Formats: sequence, C-alpha cells, structure tokens
Amino acid sequence: MVSTIDSAGRRLGVAAMFVVLAAAGAYRHAAAAPPAAVRVEITKFAFAPKEITVPPGTHVIWTNRDETPHTVSSNDKSFASKGMDTDDTFEQTFAQEGDYPYLCTVHPFMTGVVHVRKQ
Amino acid sequence: MDSQESNRSRSAMTRRQALACLAQWSGAAVVWTVSGGVPRALGATGSNTPPAGTSDLTFVQISDTHIGFRKDANPDVVASLRSAIADIHALPQPPAFVVHTGDVSHLSKPEEFGRARELLGEIRVDRVHTIPGEHDTIDDGATGYLRYFDHDGKGKSWYSFDQSDVHFVGLNNVLNFKAGTLAALGDEQLDWLKNDLAGVPRSRPVVVLAHIPLWTVWEPWGWGTADSAQALALLRPFGSVTVLNGHIHQVLQKVEGNVALHTAMSLAYPLPTPGQAGIGEPGPVTVPAGELGKVLGTRQLRVAHGTGQLAMVDSPLVR
Repeated sequence: MVSTIDSAGRRLGVAAMFVVLAAAGAYRHAAAAPPAAVRVEITKFAFAPKEITVPPGTHVIWTNRDETPHTVSSNDKSFASKGMDTDDTFEQTFAQEGDYPYLCTVHPFMTGVVHVRKQ
Repeated sequence: MDSQESNRSRSAMTRRQALACLAQWSGAAVVWTVSGGVPRALGATGSNTPPAGTSDLTFVQISDTHIGFRKDANPDVVASLRSAIADIHALPQPPAFVVHTGDVSHLSKPEEFGRARELLGEIRVDRVHTIPGEHDTIDDGATGYLRYFDHDGKGKSWYSFDQSDVHFVGLNNVLNFKAGTLAALGDEQLDWLKNDLAGVPRSRPVVVLAHIPLWTVWEPWGWGTADSAQALALLRPFGSVTVLNGHIHQVLQKVEGNVALHTAMSLAYPLPTPGQAGIGEPGPVTVPAGELGKVLGTRQLRVAHGTGQLAMVDSPLVR
C-alpha cells in the first residue's frame, strides 16, 4: 500500500512539474518545455500541412493515409523513413533550429518543410 | 494534343478513325500496326488481327503487377497475374519472351520480389525481362530489386539485347530525381544509352522499355521523365522506335516522327485519368464488382520479320 501511495504521489509531482514547466515555457520561451508531438498527415499525394514551424525539441509524426506507399525523406538525407504503407507512421525529433525540406522519394513532386525556430 | 497533330500530319489516319479507336479502348482489345513508327488502327481483336508470319517475333508486355498490394481496389493481385499468365499460355503463337514494365512489387519488400519472381517463373517462356518501377526502388534505390532481377548480372537496372533483328533496351527512369521534379534517367544511363545505340544499325527496329512514360503525360502527378527529350534525341535517327511504358495503369499513345510511345494497362488496379472530375491525385481506383478485369490486361506485340512493322493487341483480362 505504501508503494502505491508513493507511486501515486510521484505521478502527481511529475504532473505538477509538467504544468509548471509548460507555463514557464509559455511565458519565458523555455527550451525545457516538454516537446509536444506535431502531426503531419500524408493524404491525397500531399503532406498536410505542407509546411510547419515548430520549436526545437519538437517530435513530428507523419502518418500515411493514402493507399499508395510514400516516404518522408529529407533533401539532405539527414532523415528518411522506410516505405510507409497505409496508416504507417514515421517519427523524427528536431533538436536544432533550421529548415528541413523533405520529399517523398516515390513521388518526388510531393514536398514539405519543417521550420524549427525558437519561439 | 501533340499525338493527334502528329498522327494527322504523318499518317493517313483521320479524326474519325482516331475517335473510333478511342471508342474501342473501352471495350475489346484494339489491334495496331506500326509501320515506320506510325501506328494505324486495324480494328478489334478477332476481326482484322494481322496474320502471323511464322518467322515473326512475338512477345508480350505486362506491367504494374504490384505484388503485395491487397487493398479494396484489388484484394488479389496474384489472381490477376495468374489470369494474365493463363491468357499468355492460350495465345495461338507462343511469345518468344515476356517484358514487365515495372512496379513488379508494391513496397519493394524482399518477400514481394521473391513472390513475384516465383509467379513470373510460372510463365512458360524462355525469359521474362523486367525493369524497375518506383514501387520497386523505395528504400534503397534499385539494390533490393536487383537481388532478384539482375538480368545480365552486371548489377545495373538498365540493359539491352537483340532478338530476331530487333534491338531491345530496358531503362530505369524512376530514380535521379530532385525535390519537386520528375524522376529521370540520369547522365550515367544516358551515356550508356548513347554508347549502346552507337553500335545498332539505324534500320533495325528498336523497342525501349521504361516504367514512367518517356513523354510528359501529366506533370502534376509525376507522369513524365525529366530528361526524356535527351533519350528521344538519341532514338530519333532510327527508322522504327517503339517505347513501351507502364506506370499510369491505362492505355495511351503518342507519336513523334518515327517514335511511337505506348503505355499499358496494369495487372493490379486502375488509376484515374488526369483531369478526371473530382480526382486530384493518382491513387488506386476501386471499380464496381465484376468490372476490374475489364481495366486490367496484357499486350501482345508482333514484329513482322524483316519489315520493322510492329502490331500490338491490348487485351483486357475480362472481355
């Protein structure tokens, strides 16, 4: 029973910390804010949204909603998914500021950009 | 349309004949003869099919089998391929070989390539010549594909061979892209093509296999090859050039002088027509039950010996 209380207490503490940090992040642009996941859909042979602007540390998740396979492959080859079948996902965390243009190597006319900026 | 302009100026085909051909595509197979690179429609299968000379070369084109695909548009692509194989075995004159113009697999997976190789091995012909489509080069370029389909053992996905005084060239036009552009053949392959063609008499018919059309059918969907003009410039001096493409899962053709370009039906699923109302992307089209076999099919080609004349018959799996 003691361990359960401890565990619950710790969870509460973590949750409280999260709220505090998130609030701090909102006011002080703190990089310590826990990275939120940002989602990009791959649908109708396009990345939606085609361009996103996110703070450093953001975790981006792409999901292929088409019946046709696609990839998420950076122009400079710094990251690349495998061929993604329907409902497959690809995840990438962007630690550094910069612009990360990418494309689908199966359909190179499909392009997108992740802009990573301190906010 | 360029092809109609070209037809009008270079052959006796009238607009009415051309429209009749278009009407026939939706039904039975259409027989074409290609003389000096200019196709003329002869009529539907079974009526005016040109007689086969015993020394003529005949071969079959299949395309876009997408082994591994199992969505609603075709839950059983293996059955579709086997149906095509049965059609090939039923041909009155056995083909010398079969060509497969790419997208052998759906996701470039080794098990898909392996399964495809087994299935293609069921065709009772000496050889099946394949070229890669963009679905065959997803993760590692042509490397995975070549583990199963390196036809001449040279580790390249392009090659050539001669048979019955016809020069065949297989190309890879699904790589060498830049972001936002069409895929391309690339300089290395264009150099190879130039050297390869340098040794071929210009009177010899040339048949070129390439997955994506070697003309720009519809750029917003990537239906074209960035450097196709350079390849066609190398082919133009030849008296009879026939380019066989896949990729767009429907029959289209274009004629430029002595060069006739033809796309083929798929054996997996149909794709929409560019500009089709309400469809903005080239995804698989699910047709009503019982209709699928009418939009999948094979193509038989016959080269009349010594003439360079080339006839082709597009046959849906279900007529």
